Amino acid sequence: MEPTTGVSVEAIKTIATAAAIALGGMAPAIAIGLIGSKGLEAIGRNPEAATKVQSSMVLGLAFAEAIAIYSLVVALIVKFV
Amino acid sequence: MEISLAAEKIAHIGSFPVTNSMALSWITTIFLIIIAFIATRKVTFVPSKIQNFFEMILEFLFNTANDIIDDEKATKRYFPLIATIFIFIITNNWLGLIPGVGSVGFHEGEKFIPLFRSANADLNTTLALAIVAVIAIQVFGVAAMGAFKYAKKFVNFKGPIDFFLGILEIIGEFARMISFSFRLFGNVFAGEVLLLVVAFLVPFVAPLPFFFLELFVGFVQALVFTMLTLVFIKSAISSH
Repeated sequence: MEPTTGVSVEAIKTIATAAAIALGGMAPAIAIGLIGSKGLEAIGRNPEAATKVQSSMVLGLAFAEAIAIYSLVVALIVKFV
Repeated sequence: MEISLAAEKIAHIGSFPVTNSMALSWITTIFLIIIAFIATRKVTFVPSKIQNFFEMILEFLFNTANDIIDDEKATKRYFPLIATIFIFIITNNWLGLIPGVGSVGFHEGEKFIPLFRSANADLNTTLALAIVAVIAIQVFGVAAMGAFKYAKKFVNFKGPIDFFLGILEIIGEFARMISFSFRLFGNVFAGEVLLLVVAFLVPFVAPLPFFFLELFVGFVQALVFTMLTLVFIKSAISSH
């Protein structure tokens, strides 16, 4: 059935691109904030273990940020492929 | 303003296509080989300035590696690969920020094809690095524990739950490959697109903070790749 009115594929692609990165960036942002806050709390409690806490914290941050990067890649693929 | 997800081909060697990111990674390799040659020409006990600079870099990398793998002999065994991954990724990222990369090129029909493109902005390069890292992790695990003990981590017939966990571990290895490559690719490519858009909007002065951001992101992503490889090596060579 042919639609008489409707949005073009280009419009839907643009909306999907924006939605993918917007929604996909929310949870990783919260996760990074939580990881950072717990890390800082741990350093504040025990300043001697600062380097150990720091390396584990950066590791955890990388994992959390990777999820946001996945959603960014999906957005780019939708827009440019 | 044209953004292409895939790297564009600029030349052919016989029937082998050469992409612009491949060309920049060759330049990185030649640059690193020349620098390594210059830095180690006369190694003295009291270091000269160039030697001191590289000793600083190597000391930083060795301490990072040693903090994660708590065994100095083991760190020395795995250090060449770790240091190479870090230095290669960071040089690729930083060389991709030089003015001219991404903007100097030629027109082919209607499209504009830049002559150089940041090497890690191509999924092929990052996938290659990820495959090398994951295979190296397996090889180090087998070398440290023997093939049977290492295979027992993945194929475990002690019970149905353990068998399932083993299969999940195998899938986890492939997931690591994908996550390594996409993390690096996503960060570098998004940085490139960001710089392109900002330079398109406000060509003067405004791109400066974004270039600083990209310098920082290049360093952090190299460090993250290296540290994740270290953590996985540590978990592969230690028997639970």
